[in-house]
Amino acid sequence: MSAGRKYEGSAVALTGVLGAIAVIATVLLLAPTVIVIVLSFTNGFSLKFPPPGYSLRWYASLPDAFQLQYAALNSLKVACASTLLAVVLGVGAAMAIARSEKAMARVLDSFFMSPLILPALAFGLASLIYFSRIGIQLSLWTLVIGHTVVGVPYVIRTTVAALSQLPPALLESSASLGASRAYTFRRVTLPLIAPGVAAGAFICFMSSFDNVPVSLFLRDASTDMLPIRMWQDLEGRLDVSIAAVSTLMVLVTLVLMVVMERLAGISKRIR
Amino acid sequence: MTAAVLKGPPVTGYSLAFATPLAAFFVLFFLAPLLLLIVISFYATPELQSFGFDQYVKIATDGFTLPVLFDTLWLGLQTTLLCLLLGYALAWCYVRSPGSLQKLLMLAILMPLLTSVVVRTFAWVVILGRQGIVNSVLAEFGWIDAPLKLLYTRGGLIVTLANVQLPLMVLPLITALQKLDPNLEDASSALGASALRTFVKITLPLTLPGIVAGCLLTFAASITAFISQSLIGGGQMLFMPMYIYQQASSLQNWPFAAAISLVFLVAVMACVSVFNLLGRLSRAGA
Repeated sequence: MSAGRKYEGSAVALTGVLGAIAVIATVLLLAPTVIVIVLSFTNGFSLKFPPPGYSLRWYASLPDAFQLQYAALNSLKVACASTLLAVVLGVGAAMAIARSEKAMARVLDSFFMSPLILPALAFGLASLIYFSRIGIQLSLWTLVIGHTVVGVPYVIRTTVAALSQLPPALLESSASLGASRAYTFRRVTLPLIAPGVAAGAFICFMSSFDNVPVSLFLRDASTDMLPIRMWQDLEGRLDVSIAAVSTLMVLVTLVLMVVMERLAGISKRIR
Repeated sequence: MTAAVLKGPPVTGYSLAFATPLAAFFVLFFLAPLLLLIVISFYATPELQSFGFDQYVKIATDGFTLPVLFDTLWLGLQTTLLCLLLGYALAWCYVRSPGSLQKLLMLAILMPLLTSVVVRTFAWVVILGRQGIVNSVLAEFGWIDAPLKLLYTRGGLIVTLANVQLPLMVLPLITALQKLDPNLEDASSALGASALRTFVKITLPLTLPGIVAGCLLTFAASITAFISQSLIGGGQMLFMPMYIYQQASSLQNWPFAAAISLVFLVAVMACVSVFNLLGRLSRAGA
């Protein structure tokens, strides 16, 4: 009996300590977002928290913030194009390596995943030197290429996971019923792996939209990207309108996330 | 005819040829630039005229680059440890929570991952600043007379980075904890082990793959977190990413920038290998 009580006491203590740390962690996770949202409604000129009063003045200033709008549009274009390219290239690669037991498939897998671990900044610099040496002018296209390299691992990871969960019996029965490989792919495989592909595409899109280390090197003087514009605005002067932009971004992300959770169960697929 | 069927790939698999477009793309735009980076680092001068080991000699002897490198790796390690402490507790509580709470917690965990890094770092400027939340709360209670310096300090930077990278740590840990057979913990306590002993002897070792995966991602992300390092660290603290950027952009010294990027890259790969090795060793020992 006393052993049981001792166990109870230590279990309560352990749960208490871990629980307390978990609460701190959750507060840390949420605090920044909440604070930025509240701050964006300030009527003051500084980042004082809590704000002296509330207004929509910083949102009203956004339609005139041409630099931010221009940067946001560039970021959107690059994110869309690089996600599209990453999906087309990545799904093919995922199909090739997902169920293959060849040694080459493992090599390719590590090769395609390596942008995740290599410092992206080194890759950004390498690309800048590369493009300038082979005589390609920096433009939105060089940005698209750089972002695709960094984003494609996400698409491959979620697509490979979806493909390996696919019951082989489905493909075999489709083939034994006389369907061609292309037909089976279009009517059986693709619909079943679509949520996995969508989850990867979503993460790829977000990572491109938020990319700094590659954009820093591959943009030219006239192509401003949103995260870099915001960073420069913040370094120069702590501009409150950035809080309004941030809040809008959080809002759009939240909506996208809920939609993606419904469509693709994204929280289960990005681990 | 049978031979032809046998020779072709099984219907459940696809030919490796499907990877060709991406492989070509990677060779052209990933491998080639990195190889060129190596070549450039062996130029002796920024004008790219003669070859030599000058850049690497400079790194080894200038007494500045190596300290910046080690400081960056140390920052990554500190951030990873803080993340592990916070993340493990959160993941442990997550798998023990009822379903409805899990949904909310998952939203809290994913939200930062999908909010711009600039936005999250910006929030920490507000929290840590001289008129920031921490300072106003402390002053309100009369615990401090003058505002504490939190922004532009190492402590502030570590907390910020830990917050920014926390989701990368929590997600693999949740996966590892969910795979853990609850019977093992029950058996341990039924045999008389205390909860703490069960945690240290059963739960921690069995979730080691998740710990290693989380640490790898957190470490790799925090040492290259350019924005957080420059906004929270300020001008006084210099880490490798900003150093590389300054050398390449402001000074246009490509060979030196290339050389320090490569040294940084190799150091990161070495740390990653050590992490992996530690994981494998302790799994073998457990």
